[in-house]
Amino acid sequence: MCLGVPGRVVEIDGSTALVDFWGVRRKVALDIVDEDVSLGDHVLVHVGFAIRRIAPEDLAETLAFFETLTSEDLEELER
Amino acid sequence: MTEQRRLEFRDVARGRALQQRLAGLVAGAGRDVTLMHVCGSHEQAFARYGLRSRFPQGLRVQMGPGCPVCVTDAPEIDAAVALADQGYRVLTYGDMLRVPGSSSSLMDARARGARVDVIYAATQAAEIARDSRDPVVFFATGFETTAVATAAVLLNAPPANLFVLSAHKWVPAAMEIVAESPDTQIEGYLAAGHAATITGCGLFEAFVERYRRPVVVAGFEPLDILAALVLLVEQVLSGKAEVVNAFPRAVTKNGNQRALTALFKVFETDAGEWRGIARVPGGNLRLREAFAAHDASLQFSRELAAPKLPHASALECCCGGIMTGRLTPTDCRLFGSKCRPDTPVGACMVSSEGACKIWYDDREREASA
Amino acid sequence: MKDGSGDASARVRLAHGAGGPAMRALIESVFLEGVSDPEARALGDAAVLPLGDRFLVVSTDAHVVMPAFFPGGDIGRLAVSGVVNDLAMAGCCDVLGLTSSVIVEEGFPIESLRRIHRSMQAACAEAHTRIVSGDTKVMQKGEVDGVVLSTSGVGITDRVVRDSGLLPGDVVIATGTVGDHGLAVLSARHALGLEGELRSDVAPLNGLVRAVLGSAGAKLHAMKDPTRGGVTSALTEMAQKASVSIMVDEAALPLSAAARAAAELLGIDPLSVANEGKALLGVEASAAPEVLRALHAHPLGVHAACIARVTEGEPGAVWLDTGFGTRRLVERDDLPLPRIC
Repeated sequence: MCLGVPGRVVEIDGSTALVDFWGVRRKVALDIVDEDVSLGDHVLVHVGFAIRRIAPEDLAETLAFFETLTSEDLEELER
Repeated sequence: MTEQRRLEFRDVARGRALQQRLAGLVAGAGRDVTLMHVCGSHEQAFARYGLRSRFPQGLRVQMGPGCPVCVTDAPEIDAAVALADQGYRVLTYGDMLRVPGSSSSLMDARARGARVDVIYAATQAAEIARDSRDPVVFFATGFETTAVATAAVLLNAPPANLFVLSAHKWVPAAMEIVAESPDTQIEGYLAAGHAATITGCGLFEAFVERYRRPVVVAGFEPLDILAALVLLVEQVLSGKAEVVNAFPRAVTKNGNQRALTALFKVFETDAGEWRGIARVPGGNLRLREAFAAHDASLQFSRELAAPKLPHASALECCCGGIMTGRLTPTDCRLFGSKCRPDTPVGACMVSSEGACKIWYDDREREASA
Repeated sequence: MKDGSGDASARVRLAHGAGGPAMRALIESVFLEGVSDPEARALGDAAVLPLGDRFLVVSTDAHVVMPAFFPGGDIGRLAVSGVVNDLAMAGCCDVLGLTSSVIVEEGFPIESLRRIHRSMQAACAEAHTRIVSGDTKVMQKGEVDGVVLSTSGVGITDRVVRDSGLLPGDVVIATGTVGDHGLAVLSARHALGLEGELRSDVAPLNGLVRAVLGSAGAKLHAMKDPTRGGVTSALTEMAQKASVSIMVDEAALPLSAAARAAAELLGIDPLSVANEGKALLGVEASAAPEVLRALHAHPLGVHAACIARVTEGEPGAVWLDTGFGTRRLVERDDLPLPRIC
């Protein structure tokens, strides 16, 4: 059972946060996330609990990585 | 995640490029490549994005025992049904509702008048118990990612009338079962990204060392999956056997220690029967003694029914072989005839993560247009 | 009532009301028995009866939605819109009048009945029609769930449109965002705790359809509103009746941000849930730009888009091009439950 959904923290109240998922908001528990979470952070949520804070630099790293994997192929496609 | 960011993980042009890369690798190999994933959500992503319709000829990606609903054994469901039929309020996640036990599913029990409700967050179980004077039984299923939520609820001053019937499972044990099997043809494993968020990817090092097969941890967006497949096939073809984390935005080597601590404060691993696979050492998560007061299997031991014999057709059910990747749904004689989503025999046909259900809903994966 | 015995296939199941294959099977095996009238057998949402050189169009609907009041609407608005839209989908935009039967549970608040009534009046005004006859029944507590409404409508039209007229080469236009109603109701029913913009789209469409008929004329080949079973069911029926295949372009689907979010969070496919203020139009490809222009100029059609093309192929097959591959869109027989995974 893996569905983890990423959302953005818009409010924090003790150990719960209000998280925005594409415009829809839901309360999320912060009991088991292993880093401090601040307003504006992205978190991965599963069954009502934040399981991970997604660091912006990790997002960028993954995107850059996809870039390197595919740039030659993309050029080929564009030809 | 903003729309923009999400779109970058679903960028169609990059997807095409990765698919081309994958096709090139497999074609160049001149032989079949057989991989396995162990996550229902991965199979659903394959189905949702139609990824299999563009897999190159010769690439096989089998689904392993990664559907926690499917591996929940009939006696476990019978226990929940028995409690429901005896008037206890039972809460469960949506997927479990329709899975047949030895004779009934929880939905059947509800049709008979039992109080069975679907929840979608573990915290709801505690809230419902707090608002009730009666015992509330949470039939808790799912792998470790889901089990941590149950653990968090039990660590957070749960109400005395909340009981947990744990059918939680531990997925690394499942990969071992497959890798141990002497006739396995699996050359590489795609590991479940969200479970690894909790456990960390470090625990696959021992697996890789022992079985000499590569493991790539993958996320769930289409680009995540395609990139991970490229990395895995590259390793397989070059004879490498390493753990690669292709989901660094969520997975680290050591995982979420806080969640793991919570998990193992509440649960311990134990051998268990997985539906269709029989005994899996270390595959079940059982409540520790310290939580006996909330353990439904102890508190309601008198009420829990003795195991019933399965229906005759259940013996023909191939879920076990399907879940270990030895068979595909279409290899099963019951598939699409006696066993269909509205008349399921095995759990694989019920769960939205079951291989059979996904294949049934997706009957022809080649476009005719 | 505990009755675990008996052949399950001899009893009505929830699936029989889901708008998919099971419901069609029930209708064919039970309600068409002894019925030879071709109009009835056509199983259209509305019936078309010749009246001189014009056509009388008549339809009936029942509504059992729970909860009765949901974001964006209520059972009253649904009851009026549902039957008005059945007529509109047949090409009939002038609704002569509606009837309304109310079956209400003992204990139901009268103030709620009043709210429902006012909502129905408002919807009638939007549709330029009125309720001209009604009936009221009260059942004992527990014998019915809250309130059930059944409405009938009758209208006159010169031109009839069917849901069976798709031709290869046609395009399918959705008049707006998909999945809103189904997701809003599911969210309300299961108290999913979603705060946000999730609202039902329930609305009478006869005004919009009038604009479409004006712009497309004979190039409108088929029309259907994707209610129970969603876009998937509606397209499947249209494809089956016309013996064609349909390829839907996922990137082209109009989806509200809220519906997209709810679908991602709950794992429910927005193509499989009901819409109550949208129509699917099968038009000749050359007429599409003009039809879209007419739709965009109407308040209920601002998000209209071309979502699919009609091809030769396996009759009744509906496909989705995701950009990463294709998958078959298959009707469900079960009611979507939020899954967590």
